Amino acid sequence: MSVRTVTRSIPDGVGTSSRRIDGTPKVEGRYAYGSDLWAERMLWGATLRSPHPHARLGSIDVSAASASPGVHAVLLARDVPGKNTYGLEFADQPVLAGDVVRYQGEPVALIAAEHPEQARRAAARIEVEYELLPVLSDMQDALLDDAPKVHDFGNVLRHIRIQQGDPAPAADVWVEGYYETGMQDQAALGPEGGLAIPAEDGGVDVYVATQWLHVDRQQIAPCLNLPEEMVRLHMAGVGGAFGSREDVNVQIHASMLALFTGRPVKMSYSREESFFGHVHRHPFRIWMCHGGTRDGRLVVVRARLLADGGAYTSSSSAVIVNACTFACGPYEVPNALIEGTAVYTNNPPCGAMRGFGAPQVCFAHESQMDRLAGALGIDPVELRLRNAMYPGANLPTGRPLHGAASVREVIERCRDIPLPVETPLESRERSLLPGGVGNVTRGEGIRRGVGFAVAYKNIGYSEGFDDSSEVEVSVTRGPEGAVVEIHTAGIDYGQGLHTIVAQIARTELGVSRVVVRQPDTLIGSAGSTSASRQTLMTGGAVHQACAAVRRTLFGRLQARHNTGLEPDPSLELVGGEVLREGVAIATIEELLDDPVVERLVHHHRRTTSLDENGQGDPHVEFAFAAERVVVEVDEELGLVRVVQVAATADVGKAINPQGVTGQVEGGTAQGLGLAILEELQVKDGVIRNPSFTDYLLPTFLDMPPVVTEIVEDPEPGVPMGVKGVGEHSTVVSTAAIVSALRDATGRDLNRVPVRPDDLIGIVPPIQNRGGWPPSPKVPGNEPIPRYVGLSRGQGELMDEDG
Amino acid sequence: MLFRANVNGTWREADIWAGVSLLSALRDDLGLPGSKNACEQGECGSCSVWLDGVLVCACLVLAMQASGREVRTVESLSVEDRLHPVQDAFVEAGAVQCGFCTPGLIVAVTDLLEQEPHPSEPAVREALSGNLCRCTGYAKILDAVRLAEERLESAG
Amino acid sequence: MTISADLAMDVLQPSTLDEALEMRRDLPDAVVICGGTDLMVAMNFGRLRPAAMMDISRVDEMKQWRQEDGSIFLGAGVTYSRIMRELGTFASLAQASRTVGSPQIRNRGTVGGNLGTSSPAGDALPVLAAYEAEIVLVSGRGERALPWDRFLVGPKRNALEPDELILGARWDISRGPESFSKIGTRNAMVIAVANLCLVVDEPARSVRVALGSVGPTIIRAREAEAAATEVIPWDDPSAPIAEAATEGFAQLVARAARPIDDVRGSQAYRSHACRVLARRALSWALEEHRMDGGS
Repeated sequence: MSVRTVTRSIPDGVGTSSRRIDGTPKVEGRYAYGSDLWAERMLWGATLRSPHPHARLGSIDVSAASASPGVHAVLLARDVPGKNTYGLEFADQPVLAGDVVRYQGEPVALIAAEHPEQARRAAARIEVEYELLPVLSDMQDALLDDAPKVHDFGNVLRHIRIQQGDPAPAADVWVEGYYETGMQDQAALGPEGGLAIPAEDGGVDVYVATQWLHVDRQQIAPCLNLPEEMVRLHMAGVGGAFGSREDVNVQIHASMLALFTGRPVKMSYSREESFFGHVHRHPFRIWMCHGGTRDGRLVVVRARLLADGGAYTSSSSAVIVNACTFACGPYEVPNALIEGTAVYTNNPPCGAMRGFGAPQVCFAHESQMDRLAGALGIDPVELRLRNAMYPGANLPTGRPLHGAASVREVIERCRDIPLPVETPLESRERSLLPGGVGNVTRGEGIRRGVGFAVAYKNIGYSEGFDDSSEVEVSVTRGPEGAVVEIHTAGIDYGQGLHTIVAQIARTELGVSRVVVRQPDTLIGSAGSTSASRQTLMTGGAVHQACAAVRRTLFGRLQARHNTGLEPDPSLELVGGEVLREGVAIATIEELLDDPVVERLVHHHRRTTSLDENGQGDPHVEFAFAAERVVVEVDEELGLVRVVQVAATADVGKAINPQGVTGQVEGGTAQGLGLAILEELQVKDGVIRNPSFTDYLLPTFLDMPPVVTEIVEDPEPGVPMGVKGVGEHSTVVSTAAIVSALRDATGRDLNRVPVRPDDLIGIVPPIQNRGGWPPSPKVPGNEPIPRYVGLSRGQGELMDEDG
Repeated sequence: MLFRANVNGTWREADIWAGVSLLSALRDDLGLPGSKNACEQGECGSCSVWLDGVLVCACLVLAMQASGREVRTVESLSVEDRLHPVQDAFVEAGAVQCGFCTPGLIVAVTDLLEQEPHPSEPAVREALSGNLCRCTGYAKILDAVRLAEERLESAG
Repeated sequence: MTISADLAMDVLQPSTLDEALEMRRDLPDAVVICGGTDLMVAMNFGRLRPAAMMDISRVDEMKQWRQEDGSIFLGAGVTYSRIMRELGTFASLAQASRTVGSPQIRNRGTVGGNLGTSSPAGDALPVLAAYEAEIVLVSGRGERALPWDRFLVGPKRNALEPDELILGARWDISRGPESFSKIGTRNAMVIAVANLCLVVDEPARSVRVALGSVGPTIIRAREAEAAATEVIPWDDPSAPIAEAATEGFAQLVARAARPIDDVRGSQAYRSHACRVLARRALSWALEEHRMDGGS
């Protein structure tokens, strides 16, 4: 496939920092998010959730609730019109709990009322009998034979092994480590919200803030006992997502209430409910052992990963595979043995969050690399350069690394970003010291530290999943000239997908006026806005569709001029005109007596699943990232100020440079959160801090300047040579920040988020009471629900497309 | 209960439940959903509005406390089709991603620059530390403040 | 939306203190709201559903402060923003105000609110304790003043009578170095893991140290205060101070704290933090004392 871009003449094309296409309504406060929607005669929906992490449901008395003022419906599991389960990978999650609840916050009942306060009071009047059951809250306990069973088939969700070469070769030096990562929350500022409107045909229109319209529909329809054509999904404005909206939240509930009452139903979660209403980042426990030569070459990496998937499958089976495939880091490793297990517990369900298992293993493998550098007396950056991957390098999954991989350049350009100028402590503005406005230091006890980390992650879905993207690009002659309209179901929740597809169309077709329709299910799936994939897939689809439009336009020109049917390679579309060898011979409007409409589905190259040794070709393409972080730590109080983050982004081609750096900066902030601030504290299955008062996001006084270098080494074989950028800074930043904290304090920090107690050393590094957990006996390396016959979620969507 | 306030220059009335916040009254009773409900506990600033000219979190004001008062929201800033310089600066600087924090930030930044036309960077960070953003990492929001500062200065 | 009678809640809005006191006498169960920065959170999350609320934010008498002959009276309704702008000479109070939330919160939050909520984490409360403030309460029966530690009786419990309102706080103006410090795990917008206020009263030659968030209520570290009085070179401000002396003081402060483990911080960290903050605060005070020549 040839990579062809026309970059002259058209403003706001590929490679420019074009203004957001949805910027104006957003700054005016006119952009309608899922929680802003309104309809005539609308009712408000509310959800009653289990306060207990594990309990059998006895009787549920809704009589007082149903009789409450303003209430139009109180629905239970028995009222679900169709299938009572849904799920991204397996349909194991009840729409409403039937006989048992498996996590704190599991939905039990739905209420629709005239006023949200009436709904809330009615919910409080529902009487539910709970018979408390033993709570499984420790991921290692989940592997014990006598552990409480979260599901009938046991607590193992998936176990995989990646083995290559010799797991116990000779090495000059060994370093071992144990690492933990806490439960992070995506904490998108927009709460879950949407509006379901019952339609005259007996179907329903659902306007919702989500990440993938089609996979939502595919799960909703069977639960509503409706064919998919009668369930129409429309994108409502999405206030961030970062993985929290990949799973269904209000869609089925609001639709049920709407169909039952015959009225539009709006649901909008409070922040507290939001913490219970979506999946979280998997806590991991990671044991690692690295063997190296005296001159700093990696010989072997052994790793044992354990991920707490919580009560339901969500996307855990993909997360554990992701984590295992990236566990060695972006280094050439001749021998590897990685084993990963995802388990069920009665903790809140975990699923997709920016990085998808990679941030957790990156923290571990980069900590190991720092340890190894220390043991060998080699500069940490030099150690990474010595082992850096390159195109064709050996992957632990067996095939040579395909695609562009300028890992050395990524590392070196990050390293070479100038360090920040150190401002003397005495003259420093108080708020710029660790502790911020708290006035806890005037410079006493401040130590500076510098850390470095490198990571890689895939782009797109994996293990043979064909996450294609369908688009329709049409060009018409409008009153003021040619207008391009792009129809995609691809969700833009802030990263700028809609802006960049317009840029691509401008460059490819030489037309300035581009309209992007609001995404809906009237067009085929664009796949999820996740996995850093939309630039590649929907951007790629638009690129290809524009090529088809061009071919059609040139065909019309050739027909008009009778120059035959063979495509004429000397034709190009630039600035609204058709040029032959640089000379304008027609305007695009002249060729638009009829519109041109091109619809196509864009696929990426095929990948494969992994065999029982974890060998295969599971990923579409990769991108690499490096970060260097400077921190200051008050060594007596353990308070932190991150001074500067220097980052490289390996994007293949920067469609919108401002958008790229925006992703790096925002992704780094989320990694900073995992490093030092954010943890959902769960004890015995109960969340202790479901509030922004105690789940702390970084503020303006916590985030440093981020200096980004964009590396553009085009990926071969894909339109425009693009990679992706959404996740990679999040993957690498936690590790880089902790590396800097170790440098500042000399402490062995092996758990994130790092707390002040850890930095001042009043608690020792966390130990694990056991050794490496035993490998559970499993029928194979596929997700266990597949072996027990659970019907598949988005897997079915893949099969439909063949 | 009858709620009556001067909102964005017009006297508005609504029959509200007396226990709602000013934020809920604006969003659900007065058709002004521009101010956002990211946390409803005063931690995020997404509901920032002016009450009698003072910057507040609308979620922390009992609606009836604003009865008879002047309320201004983000929706008051653009005039006909022209964006306020702060709004325009946010778009230009790339400070808008998902946009959910944006209305609250625009109100807070407008308030800051009205009181301090040339704030230092530490002063900007401190003044905006009550406004959370989950998408941008704040870097481009700072760029937007600088850009707005220049534009407001040259507009006189 | 039409609202049914089922949801009815009364909102009383007195415009004078007398009106407020009458309403308070007649409806003692009406929840008093001013800045709303604590109460509205509970309202928004359905945890508070009173039959009535009384909004005292329009009562001018509560929004004043005045100097009265060597003491200062701070009205319960003066916002933290106004304190920072108008009462900056009270360095600890201004510093504590600066650490409260955000500008949006400071434009509404009040010391009266801190007193009414009586949480040991209230940022202004260690300052009032270090200032030896008395809390002025008012009812239809008249005014009375309680020393701060007779008003704050336990976690979220105070000595307010059902017909009383908090009018404000009053303390004697002293002269000398003072500071307020607040520890949180984030650099802004935190509920304190530990708070410390240290006030040196030069004329009286005494030191007062108050701690917040490290016990069921605000703690004065009395033993440490006595030790500090010995450490400070009252007569010869330029005299060197032995490190062991400041460290001894700091340890006494830490011993006065009675912290617990909770989601915000561990007991061990809180004790340790009190020790560090105490040592630093004393060293800052000593430095200022030295520079001012002890005057």
